[in-house]
Amino acid sequence: MSFFTEFPVMERESLRDLKKAIDSTFRDFTRENGELIEALFDPLKDFLLWFQKILLATPWPIMILIFCGLAWLGSRSWKMVVGTAIAFLLIGYFDMWEDTMVTTAMVSVATVLCIAIGIPVGVAMARSDRIQAVITPILDIMQTIPSFVYLIPVVMLLGIGKAPALIAVMIYAIPPIVRLTNLGIRLVQADVLEAADSFGASYRQRLFGVQIPLALPNIFAGVNQTIMMALAMVVIAALIGGSGLGTPVLRAVNNQYLALGVFNGMAIVALAIIFDRVSQAYGKRLQKHREGGHGV
Amino acid sequence: MSDEQMKVQIKNLYKIFGSNPKAMVEKVQGGMGKPELLEKHGHVLGLKDINLDIPARKVQVIMGLSGSGKSTLIRHINRLIEPTAGEMIVDGEDVLSMNDNDLREFRRKKASMVFQKFALLPHRTVAENAAYGLTIQNIPTSEAMSRSQKWIDRVGLSGFENHYPAQLSGGMQQRVGLARALATDAEILLMDEAFSALDPLIRTDMQNVMLDLQEELHKTIIFITHDLDEALRIGDNIAILRDGSMVQEGSPQQIVLDPADDYVSDFIKDINRGRVLEVGSVMHAKPPAKGPELEASTVLEEAMQVLVSSKIKEAIVVRDGKKVGGLSMEDCVKAMARTQGRSEGSSAYT
Repeated sequence: MSFFTEFPVMERESLRDLKKAIDSTFRDFTRENGELIEALFDPLKDFLLWFQKILLATPWPIMILIFCGLAWLGSRSWKMVVGTAIAFLLIGYFDMWEDTMVTTAMVSVATVLCIAIGIPVGVAMARSDRIQAVITPILDIMQTIPSFVYLIPVVMLLGIGKAPALIAVMIYAIPPIVRLTNLGIRLVQADVLEAADSFGASYRQRLFGVQIPLALPNIFAGVNQTIMMALAMVVIAALIGGSGLGTPVLRAVNNQYLALGVFNGMAIVALAIIFDRVSQAYGKRLQKHREGGHGV
Repeated sequence: MSDEQMKVQIKNLYKIFGSNPKAMVEKVQGGMGKPELLEKHGHVLGLKDINLDIPARKVQVIMGLSGSGKSTLIRHINRLIEPTAGEMIVDGEDVLSMNDNDLREFRRKKASMVFQKFALLPHRTVAENAAYGLTIQNIPTSEAMSRSQKWIDRVGLSGFENHYPAQLSGGMQQRVGLARALATDAEILLMDEAFSALDPLIRTDMQNVMLDLQEELHKTIIFITHDLDEALRIGDNIAILRDGSMVQEGSPQQIVLDPADDYVSDFIKDINRGRVLEVGSVMHAKPPAKGPELEASTVLEEAMQVLVSSKIKEAIVVRDGKKVGGLSMEDCVKAMARTQGRSEGSSAYT
């Protein structure tokens, strides 16, 4: 009764043929369309490289001033500004300035693209239960599938470089913004929407005047999570040509350079904390109206 | 009254909630009740055969306990809820046949609504909320703001324009709701338990605000409430709903003097009849030769004081300067005592 002790597996021959068939189909697809798809992503790569060049070409004191200015605009807190200045000065002092700029460019561009794609998708999900039912499992896959698995087809299609690295980062980082946009809009109180309807609001007026503004705290939590996840992918992105702070980390792993690994790791952490605190503080300030009590 | 004077006409309106409501209308028309419909077919009877003509420029109160369908009914007037069957005519126009654009126009210009839970936009200031109905009509912000400012002043919120709703008390928030509804100059005001969430003193306050405004504006107000005192105080007409059906409709005097069934008499049993009933509805026909004169609209409480203080047994009731009847102490006492047989809240309807 080997049926019960041995799992009735697919025949080895057919299994190998199946895998081979999938591989060769995809390889053929890549050969035929690889250049076209690469060309499609060229503007993306050019944009990223352009932004990276700006960050690198700007003299470091000005960049630090800009970062501090952004921190102030976001958080309105002197502590944040001073912390940001110290972090970037240390990063520069330990000779990680260039890599940090490269990583910052990558994370910024990835976040902007995630927002640009993620919010409309989240809005569509909130509008229709059917769309939600289709997108949710896709997001589940994107978040749980090991990154290395989707690195394979991405690299096969686009080779090694900035564009595939950016795409790998985005696949990992986009789910939170989509999910939280959807959630935020679905959580908007029904009575406020009814009031908007009763005054004759159109779909657009409802969406931009009521739903999105009231969903903003959640949308902002999504943006924050997206930034964090993009930073978490920096090392893996470095594997396929993302460069930046991930590259020295990989070198450190391969050669057991403890200090190199720790320094660059800490730089990533510093970036993460700055992005996180500033974006969270900004998100909180958007909800000023929720404070109760008379007078402001 | 002819059709022209009727602002809103509701005809044979049915609302049934469930998966196949259209098919259930016939069953309800065939006499099936709410419990049976729910048990056998899994559908909920929301409204059953509602017929109501609402005159222009008056306050029509729709009253009922929770679950009686009153909030459902008011949402049919601006079609926030689609009926299962029936007609809804406003100014001779069939609201149910309007397309999306017409309906939006109707909601923007013709009927505005005030909500029980205020339903203000929390991210906009008082001024922006009051102007909301106007900005929805794509009126430029500055013009919308100046037009709505008048209403902010009228409801007594001057100085709070830049506050957010969360910074205001419930009563003040509802003033914003009222200003928002008035700012569009809609002829019809739909008020869904507008003052029910407020505490009693504030509620009386808001009723006064509304009555003052009404004296000047003469809007067609449709007011939902579960509070009989409120209904008697502000209503020119009252319709009473129970389990989705209309039990009685009439003036406050008619409802108090001649309740249609036990449900209604139970409703009115705790009210102060002396402050509601008017001389004109309890007098007898023949005016006495002499006596103090009383306006027909005087409430009994005052009339009785006049009768007691003047030594004469009967008063002359006057309406529009003409003697229309007489009022004796006996009339008053009879009216104050509840009608036999329908009193003492025999709760047969529960």
